Amino acid sequence: METPIVVQDIHKSFGAVKALHNISFTVNEGELFGLIGPDGAGKSTLFRILTTLLLADKGQASVNGLDVVKDYKAIRRIVGYMPGRFSLYQDLTVEENLHFFATIFNTTVEANYDLIEEIYVQIAPFKKRPAGKLSGGMKQKLALCCALVHKPAVLFLDEPTTGVDPVSRKEFWDMLQRLKQKGIAILVSTPYMDEAMLCDRVALIQNGQLLNIDTPQHIIEQFSKPMWAVRAKNMYRLIQDLRVFPGTDSCYAFGEYLHLTLKNGTAGVDELQAYLTPKHHEEFSMFSIQAGIEDCFMELMNTESLQPA
Amino acid sequence: MDPIITNGLTKKFGGFIATNAITFEVKKGEIFGFLGANGAGKTTAMRMLCGLLRPSSGTAKVAGYDVYTQSERIKQNIGYMSQKFSLYEDLKVKENIRFYGGIYGLSDKAIKEKTTQLLQKLQMEAEADQLVSSLPLGWKQKLSFSIAILHDPSIVFLDEPTGGVDPVTRRQFWDLIYEAASRGVTVFVTTHYMDEAEYCDRVSIMVDGRIRALDTPRRLREQFDAESMDDVFLKLAREKR
Repeated sequence: METPIVVQDIHKSFGAVKALHNISFTVNEGELFGLIGPDGAGKSTLFRILTTLLLADKGQASVNGLDVVKDYKAIRRIVGYMPGRFSLYQDLTVEENLHFFATIFNTTVEANYDLIEEIYVQIAPFKKRPAGKLSGGMKQKLALCCALVHKPAVLFLDEPTTGVDPVSRKEFWDMLQRLKQKGIAILVSTPYMDEAMLCDRVALIQNGQLLNIDTPQHIIEQFSKPMWAVRAKNMYRLIQDLRVFPGTDSCYAFGEYLHLTLKNGTAGVDELQAYLTPKHHEEFSMFSIQAGIEDCFMELMNTESLQPA
Repeated sequence: MDPIITNGLTKKFGGFIATNAITFEVKKGEIFGFLGANGAGKTTAMRMLCGLLRPSSGTAKVAGYDVYTQSERIKQNIGYMSQKFSLYEDLKVKENIRFYGGIYGLSDKAIKEKTTQLLQKLQMEAEADQLVSSLPLGWKQKLSFSIAILHDPSIVFLDEPTGGVDPVTRRQFWDLIYEAASRGVTVFVTTHYMDEAEYCDRVSIMVDGRIRALDTPRRLREQFDAESMDDVFLKLAREKR
């Protein structure tokens, strides 16, 4: 079987804006590969190039061994694509949308029903409802069904969970795990850093450049600095105090804690305590933690921005 | 008087009860997180509080004004920003500030002063003459927030202000929120990032049109015996099924 996605040295600019710069990676058979980065990082541009909707300025890419430029027609038949913006027909019902997409691909809903069944049963009670009147989570499930109805070899999902509540997001990722087990290679993008942990491998992307490609576990392990979680009763005052402390390397809010790294690492702790004690923070606590993906991303963002463009 | 007070606030669309008798109050200078799953009724509630939608029953006062009879006064006294619509992309940064200043009835002199202050605070002096469309999303959102409070409203409503924004800018955005709250501005914010729920003074969680939980993040975690706000949210949503 051919490698599902190969991207080699892809560049794309829009005027003066470098949307993608020197992008290379491979998605292997049966792999759930995450493209993790904020809005404007270049994720959608890359999706559009790989789904043959946009031409790169430079570089090559193939999907299942087919070239994205020469073999664009063949690629369109074998990929499922869920664009970032909801792109189904709002005035067609759930059922009509699904049949429409099946027909376009010269197949029927029945032919590949086993693939979509699990997802479709959840929206089946609303099958007579116009797609435009569905809730966010439902729209997504329908869009996923429509992207799967022709049994694609490779699935492209561009920010399927953006703006979706945490519960629906979790359900959506559970579905992706099961699709993966059916042998479909999946490229999925997301701005939610926590979702990176659910991928086999991820590429972190920012300003059109890849910051790192690896398994989420390896990315976390590469974070070499000791990190602490810190909190106090008045978090706003604490974060301000920590930011002006000369020994602070980085200090970011993370839920109920601040995540802190020090310029001198563990050796800087005494100095920090001496600095904080006279400030009398109530309910102060500090303990050592392992960095997460979001910490790694921010660290990479910072090192990247120090380098000349 | 608390800047937001609701009592049994309800909105029905035909037979469907989108917002079901919600009762709560928000204090001055408080950062109030308004959470709930998609379709739980958050947007409907928010539209009523902003004077954009007439409730079916119940009462609510925002900035001291009644949502039934004084909706225009409410609109003048609140700030609003959302992820979807905020600024005019085809106007320059400076022009957007001037436009919104004008909409809120600020004098030319005030607009001029505010423009200088705002650009300085956001360190965007160099971008003043750029089109908003050319700015990165994170900058747009920071600018959009600052413009939403340009007329010094007592309350600002933020509807998923940080969706899709990179992790560093997302945190800088919260710095702006904290700073506004410390000046006494009341902040009413919705988000799907559960770590951000922790930054709120109090959080309410809506399930099926009702407020199912309301407290400080810490007490909610205790109440639901949960590790994080994410856990609290998942527990509430599962309970529903």
